[in-house]
This record gives sequence, C-alpha cells and structure tokens, in this order.
Amino acid sequence: MALPSYATPVQRTYYYFYLFFCAVVFFFLIAPLFAIIPISFSVSPFMVFTEGMLAWPPDPEAWSIRWYRNMIGDCSADVVSSTVPCSTKWMKGTVNSFYIGIIATVIATALGTLAALGLSRPHMPYKGLIMAILISPMIVPLIITAAGMFFFYARISLVYTFTGVILAHVALATPFVVITVTATLVGFDMNMVKAAQSLGAKPMRTFFKVIMPLILPGIISGALFAFITSFDEVVIVMFMASIDQLTIPKQMWAGIRQEISPVILCMATCLVLLSIFLLTTVELLRRRSEKLRGIKAR
Amino acid sequence: MEVTISTAELLTTDGIPLKQSLRKAERRNKLRAFLLVFPLLLFIFVTFVMPIGDMLLRSVDDSQINSVFPNTFDEYKNWDKGADELPPEEVYKSLFFELANGDKRQIGKALTRMNYAKSGWKSLIKKTTREIKKIVKKGEEPVSYKDTFIKINKLWADPTYWYSFNQMVNDRSSIYYWNAIDRTFDENGDVAMQDEKRRMYMNTWLRTFKVSIYVTIFCLILGFPVAHLLANLPLRYSNLLMIFVLLPFWTSLLVRTTAWIVMLQQNGVINGILVWLGIISDDGRIQMVYNETGTLIAMTQILLPFMILPLYSVMRVIPKSHMRAAQNLGAKPATAFWRVYLPQTIPGISAGGLLVFVLAIGYFITPELVGGKDGKLIGSWIAYHLKTTLNWGLCAALGAILLGIMLIFYWLYNKIVGIDNIKLG
Repeated sequence: MALPSYATPVQRTYYYFYLFFCAVVFFFLIAPLFAIIPISFSVSPFMVFTEGMLAWPPDPEAWSIRWYRNMIGDCSADVVSSTVPCSTKWMKGTVNSFYIGIIATVIATALGTLAALGLSRPHMPYKGLIMAILISPMIVPLIITAAGMFFFYARISLVYTFTGVILAHVALATPFVVITVTATLVGFDMNMVKAAQSLGAKPMRTFFKVIMPLILPGIISGALFAFITSFDEVVIVMFMASIDQLTIPKQMWAGIRQEISPVILCMATCLVLLSIFLLTTVELLRRRSEKLRGIKAR
Repeated sequence: MEVTISTAELLTTDGIPLKQSLRKAERRNKLRAFLLVFPLLLFIFVTFVMPIGDMLLRSVDDSQINSVFPNTFDEYKNWDKGADELPPEEVYKSLFFELANGDKRQIGKALTRMNYAKSGWKSLIKKTTREIKKIVKKGEEPVSYKDTFIKINKLWADPTYWYSFNQMVNDRSSIYYWNAIDRTFDENGDVAMQDEKRRMYMNTWLRTFKVSIYVTIFCLILGFPVAHLLANLPLRYSNLLMIFVLLPFWTSLLVRTTAWIVMLQQNGVINGILVWLGIISDDGRIQMVYNETGTLIAMTQILLPFMILPLYSVMRVIPKSHMRAAQNLGAKPATAFWRVYLPQTIPGISAGGLLVFVLAIGYFITPELVGGKDGKLIGSWIAYHLKTTLNWGLCAALGAILLGIMLIFYWLYNKIVGIDNIKLG
C-alpha cells in the first residue's frame, strides 16, 4: 500500500489526503467511546469535562470515583448529590441483566446449535425458506418485534414477567447462534462422523466426542453473540418488562431520559470494557476454529 | 463377446429394490435433518412469527366497537346521506338502547376507539349516556329519539360526528393504514386527507426516508476509503485497525448513543473544543443534539461498521494487479479507479448500502434519544401509540407498513447478496 517512488506530487497529495481521511474516520468511530471514560471519573454531577480535569498540572480534586461508588449502591454523604440520588437500581439491573442473559443464552445456544446441525446436512429440505424464518428475528426492526410481542404476550399474560422477557430474548438471540455455528460447520469433514459411526459410536456419543469438540469455538462465539444481544437489548424490555425486570439497558434508558447523571457513564465504561473483552474472546475463538478446521489464517 | 445388461432391477441384500431402499434412506435422512431444526422452528414460530401475525391481524381489526354498537352500525349503513342531512330515526333509537343497556367497560373501550376517529366523541357519549339512563329510569318512552338526543346535546345535530362512523362500521377495515399515511374516510366512505392539524405521519415517513438516505450516503463516503485501506494493508496492520471498526460494533447501542450526547451537547466535548480553539464564541455554542443533525451524526457512526464490513470483504478479493494493469495500459489513476476498481466493488456497495438503509429506516433508540422534536423517525410513533395513546390499531398499521418496506428491501438484498451470506464480525 506504500506510495511508489515514482509518484507525482499530485498523487502524493492524494495519498496523504486519503490517509488523513481514513484516520479521521477511525477517530470518528472510536473517539466517542473513549471520551466518556475520563468523564465518568469526574467529581462534577454533570456529564462534562470540568476545568479542573483539563488543568495542568492535573488537579486531583477534580477526579473521583464517587459515581462508581454510587453505581454499586454506596450511599455515603460524599457520594450522593442533589441531582443524583442514591439508588440500588444499577445493581439490581446488573443482577437481572445477567440472570436474563444467561438463561436466554443457554436456551438459544442449545436450540440454535441443533438447528445449525440440521441445516448443514446435505439432505435438509426447504433450506432457504427455513433459514429465512430462523433469521427473521434479526432482520425485523426491534420496534416492530416489540409491538407484535407486546400484543401477543399480553393475550397470554406473559408481559411484565421474566418468562416473557427471556422468551423474547431467546427468539432475538437464536439467529446469531444459527449463523455462527452454520459458518463453523461449512467445511466440516462429514467423513469424521461416518468414521465414528462405523466404529460403533451412537449418534449422541458421535456428537459429544467428535462433532462438538471441533465446532466448540463456533458454539462459544455464537453463545457470546447471543449473550450480548440479550444483555444490550432495550426495546423489548422497555415494553415487556416491569420495574421487577429492570435491566441495565432499561435503567440506562431511564437515566438518559430523566436524570442525566454521570453514573450512566460509569456503567457505559464498564460496558465498553465488557465489549473489549468479548471482542477479544471471539477473535481468539475464530482463529482457533480456523486452525481446528485446517483453514489457513487469513 | 457380447455384453448383456440385466434388465432386472438391482436388489439389496434384503431383496428390496435398490432404488426403493435408497429413497427410503433419503427420506429418513431428510426427516432426521428436519427433526434437528424442528424445535427451533417451532420456538421461533410461537414466540416470533405468531406475534408478528397477531400484529398484522390487529392492524385491520375493528371488531370491538362493532360488537358494542352492532344495530346502530347496521342502521347507519341504510342512511341515504344525499337525501337526509341527519341519520334516520332508527339509528338514534338503536344507539339509545345500546348505550342504555351496553356493558360499561366495553363502551368505555369503544369510546377510546371513537375518539381516534373524531375527538369529542368521548365526552359527548358520556354526557348523553348519563341523560339516557335518567330517561330509562323514569320509564318514559321518548316520542322521537332523534329529538331527545338533540335536546341532550346539540352536537347530535352535527353531521360531521355521524360521518366519522364511516371509519368504524366494518369489522375489518383498512382505516388504520389510511390513518398511518394521513388519510381518512369522508362522509361517503371515500378516502380523503386528514384535517390539517391531524397530519403528522407523512412528514415522519418522509423524514425517515430522508434520514436513511443521508445516513447511507454518509456511511458510503466515510466507509469506502476505510474499507479500501483495510483491504490493502498487510494483514498484521489491517487486523489491528479492524478493532476500530469492530469495537463500536460490539458496544451497546445505548453506550454509543450516550457517548454522542456527551460529545454533541451544548457544553459537550465538541463545542468545548471549538470554543477553546476560538472558532465559536462561548455564547455561540452550536445546537448539535436533540435535533435532526444529532440523529444524522449518531446514526452514521453507529451504522458505519455495517457499511465497512461488506465493502471490506468484497475489496479484499479484488486482485491488486488489476489497477496496475490498467495503469500499465495507459490509464490515469483516476480513470483506472473509475473504470476498473469501482465496478468490481459494486456488490459490496449495494450490500452495505442496502443493509445500512434497511437498518436505518427501522431505527428507534438513537433517534428517540438524540432526535429531539424534529429528528424522530417512524419508530418513535410506533412506540408512542404502543405505550402512551394505546391506539394499537394505528400502531400495528404503522408497524405493518414499515415491515412491508423492509421486506421489499430485504428481498432486493437477497437477490443481490443472499440472506445466508450475512456474516458477523
């Protein structure tokens, strides 16, 4: 990609402009995510860089972890402020988010992996149609899904219950599992299954001893996608969850809507760290999966 | 030597014809594959497809009010609007008894429905019902039901109230769809424009399209060079830079939206930098959020990865030798790019463009939070009717129209790219 040595001045200008433009776009993509991190350590109850934070030499008075303490439910006098009352909602939301997310992930992963195994078989009838139906929850805009589910779940009194929210999240999360696991199964050597069976292994044993270890990275990636889908989901919980099913996104939504407080930024910082962790894990899994399946690294 | 080909059927060891045996095995395989998919298919059908179907049914359903005023509506249909200014006596009479004897809760629901058609119905009927009950209690039988109604409230002599019945007299009706595009039924049951002050959806539909098109164009302009850079750098560097694209992709939508509020608000980061640089004065801070600008900026950043990733995967397989060959043959770099490189990226551009556009028209969270008054998209109306006005028919109709538009674009996407080519990360 380097500029050839015979480039004309015009080409040089273009080239450096192009690099500069790309740098600006990368900055545009990433800067907002990192701008919130320092502000979450501010002492001020407003979501801004205060003068003290920008002063040189740094003013230790301007920085604090009081909003993080507020987030975990610490109610000391130096933590709360007139605009930011103490509340245990963030911790309650965290517990609920993990509870809903984990159950939804387990169900979605089990159902999705089974379906992906079926879809990858050469004999699958109506593959295109079935795939389209299975993927549809990912495609339909969330607000439409939320409206439909709200009407329907209200009829069978599942709104404002954990069961309702979990079922909805499973439906939203399975497409990600199906897509990831199906992609892992592409290029899966079916002869290994035949070999296992000809050596006398029953289908269950074949699955757990032969197929599963090979596609495990794909299953875990799919599960992580499923988890993050449920964990970040806000539209469904907005309509289908009551205060009992308060999750982190629901609390963040309420926070942005009503009481703009730096505690939101503390939670946002935690979520950015979580996504960095998940992104790294998925990337490592992808490399491992390609190694296992004998595909050369890109 | 002569080769004889046996005309008898090939048999397996069990004596069953081979063809039949193979077909049986094939059937069993198909069934097995299907059984693996079946649990999820059933699950998605019950938890997702049925709710969407329910919504579609609801968008044409007007049966509740028809079960409350069946006779009134029947009589109403016999009214010859050319001949008489007001409905005939029978309409008033049926309404009298249906109000007097009807179930209070059901009437209450119907009143809400009537208010969607014309505001003022609710209070009118409530007052009237009170008077009617008094009359029934006294045991009097009115000589003329029509005059009784008009005596209770002179609005009963206003034909525009009666005309609004046209919107409700059928069990299944398309009225919500017409309402969703600012149309209604006039006195003859024909489609007409809504009152000036009730027209609000067409504007939002147009804005939704406008914003989506702008966001798609911005994403293309910003995403194309970046995808090109990523596709042409050595893998070591491009994998590293890819993090800049994938990290926002993995981060919660709410976090990114919050981040944009922090960046764009009046005393936010960008305004702060501009003031510090002396480009704008302290009281000349720009309003960049809670309006359409905010929606555009935030949505562009949020949807940009969906443009870059398809473009990248297309550009990565375009051989670098093509550009060199073109230039070798005497094409200027610009010509070579325009005539050789760009045409090969069309699949990526269409895939990314369609994906961004389709995601943008269904967007709700970001426009709702950063859009303020004039930056909201159609999703906000759906949420508003779902949660606040409880006008579920209209809510479902808006959703159904949006769904229809999406399906058209996905059909296009499927034609061009193939739905099962969707990749993650």
